[in-house]
Amino acid sequence: MSGSYFLRRLLLAVPTLFGVAVIVFVLLRVVPGDPIAMMIPPGAGADDIENLRRVYGLDQPMLVQFTRWLSDVARGDFGVSINLRQDVGRLVLSRLPASLELAVVATALAVLSGGLLAIAGVYWRGRWPEAVVDGLTGLTLAIPDFLWGLVFILVLGVLLPVLPISGRLDPRQAIAFSSQFYLAESLLRGEFRVLGMLFTHLVLPAAALALPLMAVIARMLKTSLSEAMTQDYVLVARVKGFTRGRIILREALRNAMIPTVTLTGVQFTFLVGGTVLVERIFSYPGIGNMAIGAVISRDLPLIQGLILTFAALFIAINLLVDLTTVMLNPRVRHG
Amino acid sequence: MAEWVRRSASRGGLWRALAGNGRVVFGGIVALVLVVVAVAAPVLAPHDPLRQDLLDSLLPPLWAGGDPRYLLGTDGLGRDIFSRLIFGARIALTVAVIAASLAALLGTLLGLMAGYFGRWVDTIISRLVDIWMAFPPVLLSIVLVAVIGAGLQAVIIAIVIVDWTRFCRVVRAEVLVQREQDYVTSAVTIGLSRWRILLGEILPNLVPVLLVLLTLEMGIAVIVEAILSFVGLSLSSDFPTWGGLIQEGRQYVYQSWWIMGLPVACIIVVVLGFNALGDGLRMVLDPVMRR
Repeated sequence: MSGSYFLRRLLLAVPTLFGVAVIVFVLLRVVPGDPIAMMIPPGAGADDIENLRRVYGLDQPMLVQFTRWLSDVARGDFGVSINLRQDVGRLVLSRLPASLELAVVATALAVLSGGLLAIAGVYWRGRWPEAVVDGLTGLTLAIPDFLWGLVFILVLGVLLPVLPISGRLDPRQAIAFSSQFYLAESLLRGEFRVLGMLFTHLVLPAAALALPLMAVIARMLKTSLSEAMTQDYVLVARVKGFTRGRIILREALRNAMIPTVTLTGVQFTFLVGGTVLVERIFSYPGIGNMAIGAVISRDLPLIQGLILTFAALFIAINLLVDLTTVMLNPRVRHG
Repeated sequence: MAEWVRRSASRGGLWRALAGNGRVVFGGIVALVLVVVAVAAPVLAPHDPLRQDLLDSLLPPLWAGGDPRYLLGTDGLGRDIFSRLIFGARIALTVAVIAASLAALLGTLLGLMAGYFGRWVDTIISRLVDIWMAFPPVLLSIVLVAVIGAGLQAVIIAIVIVDWTRFCRVVRAEVLVQREQDYVTSAVTIGLSRWRILLGEILPNLVPVLLVLLTLEMGIAVIVEAILSFVGLSLSSDFPTWGGLIQEGRQYVYQSWWIMGLPVACIIVVVLGFNALGDGLRMVLDPVMRR
């Protein structure tokens, strides 16, 4: 059953992605506003504008433009960026690793801190640490990553200048990397000085992204853990004389994890979406920052390529989450 | 009369329940202050928020030894920050109320239809929601505003187009539950039309949920407006917006951190207020949560 289920889900992703492509394409062309108008230098004549339109195929009927673009995309050709004059596919690929590293570190931070908060809240149930955990999750849930980023810049970048607030690396240091995965590469090579520098640049944007997800994880896991603590097997473990900490970590946690894993997956797409702004705020060279730049300069091919990339990421994440849920949950698996 | 009104009334009055909830009180006060400041902005603001005075640029706030004429200091062009914050509240409130209401209207209508009519109507609307969920919302709103052209109207349209799914998903799920209830069956039996049942019978029962979502959406709208101003796509700096102030302040953050800090603080307070109000309303109005 899970084979056919997987196939069905995979097939369903195709029309969704196609829908995204259609909407983006139409949106960027139908609504008033001329992409060419933004890029012509002052003093350009009507001929120049016509020429530009022809170069980018914008003089063709929309349906022709769309089928041409779609068949190019299907072959992996996303066109050429109007502004940066480079292949869109290559541009996106060169920036994607930075964003992925940011998202992975942020997720790791969120899972770790959210998990610890939930366990602490359940361990000290009814005492002041639980109130602290509840207050913290309420606060971090209400404020979005964008505002956290700004608060971090103000507090840890300016008022107590302990961490860098822009970029991925210290621009004064030239370090050669053979891939775009700086973090993974320096980790594998064991260059801990570089690793530390990368990490100090990464920690504030990652924390800004992580806080809302941390709150979601902490709240969900705490609820499931509290529920698990009332179950018979926990009572049995208590009768056996196991300590409270051991019962939470060894018995309850395993059973309480499933809903949290599902929710984390769903929320992970929000985190990926959040990278757009957080990268901008921290001048971090990922695809999100690039996307905002592309929008501001009206770089149509680049915007289209980036939105499709994001949509594909979102759909892939949702698919993975569904499959993980199916594999973790016996009731769904055999249902 | 809808179920929730009767139930709340029978427990000693809806108002008393609301007034007894700390979150509702906090959120209500924040919302009230926002409304008063926005409405009375011309009276409250000590200066014209647009008047530049380059001789008095980047003055610190009063507590840091600034000029007593400028309570919270001045920005890079010598404009009074206190007055700009006050007028910024106007734009924040306008966007919050109009954008959230319109998103609620569109999302609720589609959610009602998807949930009650089912079949192909549901299929189309649900596919549409699926497609929407595949966009990063922030990027979508930025693209929309870039396409429509900067301005308050564009910001509002962008928020509505991006956020209607929040209402649609919840309303659809609620309608699926409600349509199985006895009162709907009775309404069908006595021959009420489908729209009459939807709007006259089912919709009133969704009011608590909608109220909560609407309040939360207002907080979101304030943030989105700030984001769009921050990216430089909302309004020109002739209109003092909180997001615009943040963006200006980002440039001077090392010399005068408060230019960015003060609007960030305003947004945080307003967002926390709307969130508390939404949570509190949910606690008071939602029978499941109240138990």
